[in-house]
Amino acid sequence: MSIEVVGVTKRFKSFTALDNVSLTINSGELVALLGPSGSGKTTLLRIIAGLEWPDSGEVRFDGQDALSRSVRERNVGFVFQHYALFRHMTVFENVAFGLRVRKGKAKLPEAAIQAKVNELLSLVQIDWLADRYPAQLSGGQRQRVALARALAISPQVLLLDEPFGALDAKVRKELRRWLRQLHEELPVTSVLVTHDQEEALELADRVVVMGHGRIEQVGTPGEVYDHPATAFVHDFIGETISLPGEVRGGDLYLNEKSLGLDAQGLGDGPARIFARPHDVELHDPAGTPFRGKVLAVRTFGPTRRADVEIAGEKGNVVVEAAVPLDRTLGVGEEVGLLPRRYKVFPAANR
Amino acid sequence: MGNSASNLPLATSEGLPTGVQEARTYAHASKPVRTEPAYVRVLLTIIALGFLALFIGLPLVIVFVEALKRGWLAYVSALIEPDALEAIRLTLIVAAISVVANLIFGLVAAWAIAKFEFPGRSLLITLIDLPFSVSPVVAGLVFVLLFGSQGLFASQLQAWDIQIIFALPGIVLATIFVTFPFVARELIPLMQQQGTAEEEAAVSLGAGGLSTFFRVTLPNVKWALLYGVLLCNARAMGEFGAVSVVSGHIRGLTNTMPLHIEILYNEYQFVASFAVASLLALLALVTLVAKTILEHRLAEDDK
Repeated sequence: MSIEVVGVTKRFKSFTALDNVSLTINSGELVALLGPSGSGKTTLLRIIAGLEWPDSGEVRFDGQDALSRSVRERNVGFVFQHYALFRHMTVFENVAFGLRVRKGKAKLPEAAIQAKVNELLSLVQIDWLADRYPAQLSGGQRQRVALARALAISPQVLLLDEPFGALDAKVRKELRRWLRQLHEELPVTSVLVTHDQEEALELADRVVVMGHGRIEQVGTPGEVYDHPATAFVHDFIGETISLPGEVRGGDLYLNEKSLGLDAQGLGDGPARIFARPHDVELHDPAGTPFRGKVLAVRTFGPTRRADVEIAGEKGNVVVEAAVPLDRTLGVGEEVGLLPRRYKVFPAANR
Repeated sequence: MGNSASNLPLATSEGLPTGVQEARTYAHASKPVRTEPAYVRVLLTIIALGFLALFIGLPLVIVFVEALKRGWLAYVSALIEPDALEAIRLTLIVAAISVVANLIFGLVAAWAIAKFEFPGRSLLITLIDLPFSVSPVVAGLVFVLLFGSQGLFASQLQAWDIQIIFALPGIVLATIFVTFPFVARELIPLMQQQGTAEEEAAVSLGAGGLSTFFRVTLPNVKWALLYGVLLCNARAMGEFGAVSVVSGHIRGLTNTMPLHIEILYNEYQFVASFAVASLLALLALVTLVAKTILEHRLAEDDK
């Protein structure tokens, strides 16, 4: 089932959680809503689910108005951030809940319920936990119960709110792969909310980057990482070095000196030059656009980083540059920085 | 970088020796951390237990001793005396009505307060606590002023021939007022802590409002609810002040057990008085045991 969100705005008192957001999610797609906390991603998910109502705008499922239907009638599977398992029910009863509350014709006979629940429990690989209570499960197991419970109602849309947020790093990675596999097996249109870019980039067919209640960019994981549309996206996804500058007539300047870098068609005014740390090379100070003093050098694992202090228009700026392992660098040394690949954004946009 | 470590003598290679030393210190400190000398601890325990025995244990024992002073026959005959039976019956009726009323009210109020935002919510929270801060006698007086023969609604009540003060309705009203906070106060913090996620999950799975309430909300608070009901019941049966003001002390008609006990005592019928009192004391003991069991259950629910 495809989902269309058209011009949705939602305010909580004076705070605008969503500001005229439009988004189309194709049938069978797995889309990640990625953004920092307060970016409106969870609100958008809850509006799609029907747990929250927009102040204005439309939500359509397969072209049909969804806002006129309550969450009960939308047939969405929702996986809550802290799972929200029914604490007084066994795993089996948790999963069976959606089938047991059905009324009239939709009500299944007990045998059918049992069969369906057992099938789901083995799908999420926790059939041996059927008689346990949620309090007796690990985080990863609870996550699987929550997913099985949401899938029990054969949802047309699966919505996941920070599904791996409360798990430790190792389990998180495992479950992520497993969820991707599950999505291949059951191609339900799925929307996932996360603040973890690695999770979004690895799992999703498309990533929706959100900030301050707006959609900043929609694209495949490769597109958002390699071609960030805005300064916000560049800064939020992947590691970013931000260098100061000013555009004047198609050229970049810093402290009245030309940097010799391309302004990428940006109009006159203060600008920021964004680059990935590995795209910035260390050089001798002479002839490079930026130079500065090394404040500290840190080594962790295979990477080395140096804090370099650069003189900007308004005071000094400290940037973290990647240091090749074969390069020796002393604190206090003067180095030059040469961005190989970079994007230029207006500074006011930051 | 790496060469500085190899210059150092081997014995002081960083980390290990200090780690071992630390482990030894911890082993020494394995006994519980208590700074008070033994005699202080013994003294404190004796004071606490002694106080408890003197002010709570002893009176409880005396109730039973006094009640059984003239033997079982006198004890039983004091209990099966018609006025006493009537007082017990009235107390049970009043408690039954007020507990059920407060169970429903408490559940609804706690549900509304914990799960929804609405104007006047904080006022409601404050009002629920009011009966705890108002003297029961004042509470009784309020009802007399409202429904008494000189009261605010006196003419209407007379016109419809409804008797509230000096009758069962007045006693029930006063008891409901006094026991009003027990259930709600027990439920509100638990429901607030549990939040609304499980209800949202239930609704998203297709459950209706009632179904969600009876399958999810209510089972999640059942032990706390029972606990509140238990305390509410104990107070309802034992309430003296408020009931005393509105009942009129009509023997065999509007006397609850506490009032009956007072009357008997004032008439120097000590055995009869303590016999009825022993029933209330028994109720207290049963409540205590049930309370302890429920607290265990509650602790498990919290996990």
